[in-house]
Amino acid sequence: MAMVRQEIRFLLNDDEMHLCEVGAGDTLLDFLRIGQRLTGTKEGCAEGDCGACTVLVGRLTGGGLRYEPVNACIRFLASLDGCHVVTVEHLRGADGGLHPVQRAMVEHHGSQCGFCTPGIVMALYALWMETPRPSETEVEIALQGNLCRCTGYAPIVRAALAAADHGGPDGDILVTERERVTAALTGLRDGARVEVARDGQRAILPADVDDFAAVYASEPEATVVAGATDVGLWVTKFLRDIGPAILIGHLDGLQQIEECEDALTIGAGVSYSQAEKVLLDTFPHLREYWHRIAGWQVRNMGTIGGNIANGSPIGDLPPVLIALGARVVLRHGAARRDLPLEAFFLDYGKQDRAPGEFVESVVVPRPQPGVLHGAWKISKRRDEDISSVAAGFAVTVAQGAITDARIAFGGMAGVPKRAKAAEAMLIGAPFAGESFVRAAQTLPQDFAPLSDWRASADYRMRVAQNLFQRFWAVHGDTGQAELQRVEA
Amino acid sequence: MSIKGATHQDLAHDSAAKHVTGRAEYTDDIPEPGGTLHAYLGLSEVAHGRIVEMDLSEVLAAPGVVGVLTADDIPGANDISPTGLGDDPVFPEDSVEFHGQPLFAVVAESREAARRAATLAQVEIAPLAHVLDPVGAIEAGYPDVTAPLKLERGDVAGGLADSAHRIKGRMAIGGQDHMYLEGHIAFAMPGEDDDVVVYSSTQHPSEAQHMVAHVLGVPSHSVVVNVRRMGGGFGGKETQMNLFAAVAALAAKKWNRPVKIRPDRDQDMIATGKRHDFVADYEVGFDGEGRIEAVEGFFAARCGFSADLSGPVTDRALFHADNAYFYPHVRLRSRPMKTNTVSNTAFRGFGGPQGVIVAERMIEEIAYALGRDPLEIRKANFYRPGGDVTPYHQQVEDNILERIVGELEESSQYQARRQAIRDDNVRNGIIRRGIALTPVKFGISFTATWYNQAGALVHVYSDGSIMLNHGGTEMGQGLNIKVAQVVAEAFQVDIERVKITRTTTEKVPNTSATAASSGSDLNGMAALDACEQIKARLVDFACENRGIAADEVAFLPGRVKLGADEIGFDDFIRQAYMARVQLSAAGFYKTPKIHWDRAKGQGRPFYYFAYGAACSEVSVDTLTGEYRVDRVEILHDVGRSLNPAVDRGQVEGGFIQGMGWLTSEELWWDDDGRLRTHAPSTYKIPLASDRPRIFNVALAEWSQNAERTIKRSKAVGEPPFMLGISVFEAISMAVASVAGYRECPRLDAPATPERVLMAIERLKRER
Repeated sequence: MAMVRQEIRFLLNDDEMHLCEVGAGDTLLDFLRIGQRLTGTKEGCAEGDCGACTVLVGRLTGGGLRYEPVNACIRFLASLDGCHVVTVEHLRGADGGLHPVQRAMVEHHGSQCGFCTPGIVMALYALWMETPRPSETEVEIALQGNLCRCTGYAPIVRAALAAADHGGPDGDILVTERERVTAALTGLRDGARVEVARDGQRAILPADVDDFAAVYASEPEATVVAGATDVGLWVTKFLRDIGPAILIGHLDGLQQIEECEDALTIGAGVSYSQAEKVLLDTFPHLREYWHRIAGWQVRNMGTIGGNIANGSPIGDLPPVLIALGARVVLRHGAARRDLPLEAFFLDYGKQDRAPGEFVESVVVPRPQPGVLHGAWKISKRRDEDISSVAAGFAVTVAQGAITDARIAFGGMAGVPKRAKAAEAMLIGAPFAGESFVRAAQTLPQDFAPLSDWRASADYRMRVAQNLFQRFWAVHGDTGQAELQRVEA
Repeated sequence: MSIKGATHQDLAHDSAAKHVTGRAEYTDDIPEPGGTLHAYLGLSEVAHGRIVEMDLSEVLAAPGVVGVLTADDIPGANDISPTGLGDDPVFPEDSVEFHGQPLFAVVAESREAARRAATLAQVEIAPLAHVLDPVGAIEAGYPDVTAPLKLERGDVAGGLADSAHRIKGRMAIGGQDHMYLEGHIAFAMPGEDDDVVVYSSTQHPSEAQHMVAHVLGVPSHSVVVNVRRMGGGFGGKETQMNLFAAVAALAAKKWNRPVKIRPDRDQDMIATGKRHDFVADYEVGFDGEGRIEAVEGFFAARCGFSADLSGPVTDRALFHADNAYFYPHVRLRSRPMKTNTVSNTAFRGFGGPQGVIVAERMIEEIAYALGRDPLEIRKANFYRPGGDVTPYHQQVEDNILERIVGELEESSQYQARRQAIRDDNVRNGIIRRGIALTPVKFGISFTATWYNQAGALVHVYSDGSIMLNHGGTEMGQGLNIKVAQVVAEAFQVDIERVKITRTTTEKVPNTSATAASSGSDLNGMAALDACEQIKARLVDFACENRGIAADEVAFLPGRVKLGADEIGFDDFIRQAYMARVQLSAAGFYKTPKIHWDRAKGQGRPFYYFAYGAACSEVSVDTLTGEYRVDRVEILHDVGRSLNPAVDRGQVEGGFIQGMGWLTSEELWWDDDGRLRTHAPSTYKIPLASDRPRIFNVALAEWSQNAERTIKRSKAVGEPPFMLGISVFEAISMAVASVAGYRECPRLDAPATPERVLMAIERLKRER
């Protein structure tokens, strides 16, 4: 067994923290506001949807020290072992005054009530570090996880576009201190398993993937937490005790993406942000879809594996991954098995996963010639909303006829599910609009969606059917088939 | 040379640097003294019923719990109804009236302990039938929560009968959650005797003070309420803080320890009121040119279980059911319906938007019926000389809408764009576009006439620095900087000289809510009055001291002219102090000219009107009902702006909030009466990517208030909210295109993608 350390260690702004009494469900936000009286970070919703609590978390990865904005409200404190937490209190300009992002926000009247502002500043700070001169689209994508109720955003976007006028990242403290912080974080690494607890609520950070497999096999009742974008709410909203919890967000071994000739193998711990480049390069049809999934903070935290393992009936990625023919790899101790992704989802709230078994990776075959793709997410609000309907299409066409079809929907049943009757109707049919109309009519055979606050059953069915028409319009028809951003 | 920070200049929000650095202090950021306790509410899980038994033994036994508060623990009145109707208990005694109604509070050593304990209550409630919507309430014979209003002028029946065309319709208009980023919070500190000091996120400290006193059964002089700033209010903190202030104060006095209460977002949204949903029935008679002859309107509102502010809110819906249009014959009636839902409250516009959107719906109906451009119908019906009397018999004296709309029509190239869009839509594409140019005319003043008063307190210290206090509260709207500009200008000192301070009932008593867009109108004038009093004493002193005439004294930038001499402001103040001149004054203001006889439905409830117009263009996906707002132009009237940068921010922000109300923000109750959209995960306010990429906002720079308001400015908080209606109507046009614009799509609000798609499918079927 690995060595066990009974404290977590991380950097908070300029200070090194050593904490022994940390419960599985203790959040970073409470630690900052109550424990440290760093009250610049705000609680707006405690569910990762408003961004008022945005902080940066720096972590040593394969590519060195990397900072990302995350939601402190649903980030578990114990998961910060080995990280550098940067709060709004840490920002300063080269002259010790306001930081360029802060200066631009003041100059462009980007704050009114000011409560969302520190979170917005932190998101824009992260954007400015990566992309000092962003496009309007990049600003909008960076702000998908931040709500402002006062300004209507226009002045905030103006500030984001102008921030670099007040200085670029070169002299920024996170750049100038990079070596020192890297050395400090490296010094905190000891390859040990970490176990901390408060009031009997244990948090375990396995030393590596094998250690995780061993720990989980021996404590199958434990809650496995990767990005905490779902489990975080169990704690903040439902006051559930999640201990013992096995936190795996730090496991590099689960964050590998293998680019083989015929498939991508994506580690279960790969975050949406980590997966973005490879996935979108491989599957360009996912680009629009991708940026409708959550906000930036949640994409930095949430993982591909977590989105599968939690068994959501909607899921953001499962419908499109199923259409792409993805397989999921499960591991228990040293034993592994794999199965088609759609087979993993047995029923609402029920997956084909044994106690102590976990999702280790997902294997997505590369696109084949002759296959036409589609991926659409429909929601009440365009961005950072949960789908009413999500759909993935992969249709193979040869000599004017459809030779294969994989079509899957989320939000249409208790699980992400394939449209078997529609697929059967399409296969062998001519590649023509009429074929898609007929296929759409079969959907009631496979789906009986529910009505809830996101959408009625009627709407879900109607939209799902209309997406067949969309597929045809995009691939077979001409004219504008989709909404586009206006370029100002 | 001029001073820094005079009126009519672009100045940043006074707290901007503190906002961006996280150093602006909100109530939850105040350091907690040792021994601070935390309270949390336990809520009803039944929409309507009799309380059979409330067993709190497990709550009391939970770790960290100090005690509980129920109706039995209230030494004074168990009532926080803002209008004194006695229908709004802190905690109910024998029956619950909505799902989510607070039943008790638990007080514990930590907030987490209190939250956990609150879930342990065993409450037995015998359910009764419940009604959730206003139409159902009328059918079930539910009462009005407060007296309905009727506005009538002319002969409606005759006017309708004589009209060449008549259209009858119904429109459902959704409510809206405030979704201020900072939720409700109150923090109470017990003092000696009956004293208690409450820090509260409130737009109405005086009301919180009076309510706490009322609930504790002590005089108002025992209670101090403070608020430095709010993280947004929008009307949601005009009365709804009463509950939290009362609970914090009750607990602080009971246990003699500081007590904080901060609900989580879900509880905040479930247990506190929102914008009223309405169902409006209208009938409009008009001639072949689209000129309105007669209007009959009936407005039923979902008020929730108690009156709260539903009376004035539903009144204001009627006051704005004309928007900008002359109705020769009109009858408007309201029904403020009781429902088994949370008691709805103030929200930016205060019923006005629900009235305005019905006026605009009638315009749309006429336009589609006659095959005309809705803008043409609008122009044909604007108030004009000879047709300038409102349904409440106030004459519209200051109408500048024709100019505003004309200028916007020109600058937005409305006509050319509309034609291009119609041409595009003819090609039968999947993506349809729409454009709409809609106006707003909004009445400024509290319709509760006595609310139109304000006080301020200005101290000039002997070093020449100035402390400014007034009864208004800062919720992000920039009130404090505007009033400070007024003071800086009055004394001709740089604005840094003027210290902005928290609002407190200790300094200015009996204030009105910072609401009805009135903040700078009222408090700016009160502060100016205080400055003028001090300046008058200073002039007297100079005259006596130097033997010069009053007109030889002038306040110049940073200095004072005294006959032939000029001395620095600080020196002058020092001399005045040494000569024992009183350098402090309490200012006061009450709005002139206004009066209102509600029983007759006649008077001049509004001092003046604010105007504006917006032109919005959208693209609609006819396969999913999703849409994008592509382009928006706004021309808005703020009179002579006190601070154009701040006012522009109000216009931009108000527009987007109004757009949110009519598009993605949907309140959804299940059949049990449980609100299922109670956090940002389920309740969707606009994001940065929802704002139009092309968004040109201009203030009508030529405008100045015809009335003698503060520096001839106009109120700005609410009016731009209604400009969002242009987005709603542009969506409607895109939808109408699928049936050749022959039919008014009659979208209900909010126009969620689902409503849009269903309307498209309906129109296609009927085509």
